[in-house]
Amino acid sequence: MSEGRRPKIGVVTFPGSLDDRDALRAVRLMGGEGVGLWHADRDLRGVDAVILPGGFSYGDYLRCGAIARFAPIMDEVRGFAEAGGAVVGICNGFQILCEAGLLPGALIRNRQLRFVCRWVDVRVETSVSPLSADLVAGEILRVPVKHGEGQFVASAGDLDRIERDGLVVFRYCSPEGAIDEPHNPNGASNAVAGLRNEAGNVVGLMPHPEHAVDPDVGATGGQPMFASLLSSTLARVSTA
Amino acid sequence: MNVRFEVLVQLKQGLLDPQGKAIEGSLPAMGWTNVSGVRVGRQVELTIEAESEEAAQAQVEEMAARLLSNPVIEEFQVLRAEQVGR
Repeated sequence: MSEGRRPKIGVVTFPGSLDDRDALRAVRLMGGEGVGLWHADRDLRGVDAVILPGGFSYGDYLRCGAIARFAPIMDEVRGFAEAGGAVVGICNGFQILCEAGLLPGALIRNRQLRFVCRWVDVRVETSVSPLSADLVAGEILRVPVKHGEGQFVASAGDLDRIERDGLVVFRYCSPEGAIDEPHNPNGASNAVAGLRNEAGNVVGLMPHPEHAVDPDVGATGGQPMFASLLSSTLARVSTA
Repeated sequence: MNVRFEVLVQLKQGLLDPQGKAIEGSLPAMGWTNVSGVRVGRQVELTIEAESEEAAQAQVEEMAARLLSNPVIEEFQVLRAEQVGR
């Protein structure tokens, strides 16, 4: 992180969010300033980027993310995203972004019907996203997943467009980077673990980079993702 | 007037329904070996107070499209409660 201004990264807490504290801590560990945001507020408190964290917002009632998408703060997040601001959805946050229509597709029950909680490897597919700006395609990062409804699906037309436009940011892979069924933890279409929007400023992923920044507790595949978020955010706000 | 509805929400045909598959997979173990095509959906019952039946119908359709279902993966059907004996 260069000297001077530290990027302010907002983390939204919804009723039922679990990973907001870890996300704030990861931002701090990586050199940013974490700012807590509240679902019922219509105020982003001047942050430079927004994280929608993991958890079970509103008990995941109806569908994961379906109720959270109507929270007052989501109007602000939508406006922020449309203005080009970086928005990152992790796990439940990814589900919320899909429900809100800010990302294509949807996340349904894991194919094997079981909650999955383990380390996975993901392959970077593009550097066009706030979480992969400092990475190159082909890099492999180890991060954990923990979800019951993480199987990415989209209509055939959307899936074609997603691939054609290079919207896949991360794919589940073997430790060597091979894309195959045994290393796909939930049956996701095309092994999609993370996805961006067309503009490249909104990204969602099922794995949890915020749980993989501290070498004392395991792999650190989340570090380069947060480093990318901080440096790309800083670059954006200092040219704005 | 109060109009009562049932909204049935199902995963689109062509999308694998993991819950349906799991149920289908356990039926043969119980001796039912002739069952296929099991799909699991969601049923939402609700009452709308409106000026007219048409207004209530239009509202329930919009609610079903915008909140009760996700058009990316699901389709829905609106039934009047009388039609299903409630």
